[in-house]
Amino acid sequence: MKLHEYQSKRVFAQYGVPIPNGEVATTPAEARAIAEQIGKPVVIKSQVLVGGRGKAGGIKLAGTPEEAEKVAAKILGMDIKGLTVQKVLVDEAADIRSEIYLGAVLDRGARKVAIMASSEGGVEIEEVAAETPEKIITVHVHPLLGMQGYQARQLAYGIGLPKEHVSAFTKIAQSLYRAFVDSDASLAEINPLVINGDNRLQAVDGKILLDDSALPRQKELAAMRDSDEDSPTETEAREVGISYIDLDGEIGCMVNGAGLAMATMDIIKLYGGSPANFLDIGGGAGADKVLAALRIILRDARVKAVLINIFGGITRCDEVANGIVEAINSLNVEVPIVVRMVGVNEDEGRQILADSNLPSANQLSEAVQMAVAAAKGEGA
Amino acid sequence: MSILVDNGTRLLVQGITGSQGAFHAEQMIQYGTNVVAGAVPGRGGQWAVGNTPVFDTVHEAVATTDANTSIIFVPAAFAVDALLEAADAGVALIVCITENIPALDMARARAYLDSTDALLIGPNCPGLISPGTAKVGIMAGHIHTPGNVGIVSRSGTLTYEVIYALTARGIGQSTAVGIGGDPIKGLNFLDVLQMFEQDSATEQVVLIGEIGGTDEQVAADYIRTEMTKPVTAFIAGQTAPPGKRMGHAGAIISGGEGTAAEKIEALQDAGVAIARHPEEIAELAAQNI
Repeated sequence: MKLHEYQSKRVFAQYGVPIPNGEVATTPAEARAIAEQIGKPVVIKSQVLVGGRGKAGGIKLAGTPEEAEKVAAKILGMDIKGLTVQKVLVDEAADIRSEIYLGAVLDRGARKVAIMASSEGGVEIEEVAAETPEKIITVHVHPLLGMQGYQARQLAYGIGLPKEHVSAFTKIAQSLYRAFVDSDASLAEINPLVINGDNRLQAVDGKILLDDSALPRQKELAAMRDSDEDSPTETEAREVGISYIDLDGEIGCMVNGAGLAMATMDIIKLYGGSPANFLDIGGGAGADKVLAALRIILRDARVKAVLINIFGGITRCDEVANGIVEAINSLNVEVPIVVRMVGVNEDEGRQILADSNLPSANQLSEAVQMAVAAAKGEGA
Repeated sequence: MSILVDNGTRLLVQGITGSQGAFHAEQMIQYGTNVVAGAVPGRGGQWAVGNTPVFDTVHEAVATTDANTSIIFVPAAFAVDALLEAADAGVALIVCITENIPALDMARARAYLDSTDALLIGPNCPGLISPGTAKVGIMAGHIHTPGNVGIVSRSGTLTYEVIYALTARGIGQSTAVGIGGDPIKGLNFLDVLQMFEQDSATEQVVLIGEIGGTDEQVAADYIRTEMTKPVTAFIAGQTAPPGKRMGHAGAIISGGEGTAAEKIEALQDAGVAIARHPEEIAELAAQNI
């Protein structure tokens, strides 16, 4: 789960990281009021969960409260990469002398949290990594020891930070690590961390990605989820415990298991079709889940055929078959459905499908070819 | 012969009184696995499926039954505690089925486990099976058949798919190890490949990878430089868009790292035969016999 910039910066601030004065507005009038309260030039920043907000025109300066209102009116409602701007952050504009990158990420290869710093702040760290990798200094934190002072100093000296800022930077880097661990983050970035006109360090932008597996114990952070940002379909899928990702093809897929679901998408492509989605119904899926999954798939008007691929290891095929038949009977299904199921009670399962005139196949490649043909209107 | 589990496996089931634990304990017993004990705090002195004695602590279970392998079916909030308890009690091989364990918990647990002799498989994995001998996992036993192909995979049902295709062609398996889909886990491709390379009963290996991370590239390095046995691979997620998590916490392409194309290229450079779909693995494996 992603946090908005304003949410991320508030988390950092709880750990003592200095952030600009600011508040969130949902209307131009609110933006004006916030700017009045700040009493200085402000920056109006769209709060949407995509990168490249600045380039898209979603971040603008405003010298006066009147201007803040006008700018906010332009940015609110703006479309940025398919997301509508519902909120803006009105921050006191920083007088930026220099920009630093500071980030923490879970390094799966090292099995440790990596803390990275660079003198090249304000741009995507991937760009720095590609063009001037020597400008990124990285330390790995031992999970049982936590981030040590010397590691933070390694970063500070490594990026050539002026001496007067080393102590403040060290505190911020250790705060970032604590915020990362306490929040169960998988990524936490301050970019840029600026040296401002008062010659102080300040986190001007922030980003946190949370580990979804930890959300049950991170209730406060989990409650920050912005459901405006998810499609209704993704929200519905999450609520019933289905992993669903919308793609732009025409064959809807329902598969049990993430690896098999990805492989099924790959095979569809191999045989000249294109998958409309990734969908993993998970293990032991009963009739209710099958029904929910089918409803989700069919909501996508581009879907011209549905491929259901179930490898019933412990899941029994007859139960899944009953679920499919039940789902089809209760939904208005206008596209062909191809079922492939293998595993425990597969014969009973196929009989149930045959009784309802549903085509089924034994081999995965055969089923995929049937679905691809069906999507092209060549009959299943 | 096989790796990791065999006739000498004495299995402890942590969480044996839960619905998952009880169901799979019974399935494993039916397959012929030597299940010697269960461990559930507060249930010590009871008997679980198949007349299996239940102990309050793993230490007691090990002291009484000489359990040398443990399988964990406890909820995510308690799973790390359970696997640390097993390691502390001297269990040699720990298989953690539980999914949705926070990654930072696993980072801490791995850091501790590395200071012990215990081996961990998982979490978020189907477990492992040496067909005809011992099943320590949740896979359907009947699709497997004994033989000489070693299998290592990050996936669950995709592995069953491959094994189903192998068995259909009459190609048996020495051991099939599901290492799990999480970013931080126990045994990795590299560890399991090294074991298969040493195992006299394994003549060739099938590797099933997916997008995310660089474990397949690390494996490719080992295959190129050290491995003498032929390897066939399939990488899932060739059509997955970047930045999207595909069900498994580990299956995400980020920062240009972990795409299927990168992995396939590294494996091809190491002389690995790449299957375009799971059924093709069986065809390619047949050519190595």
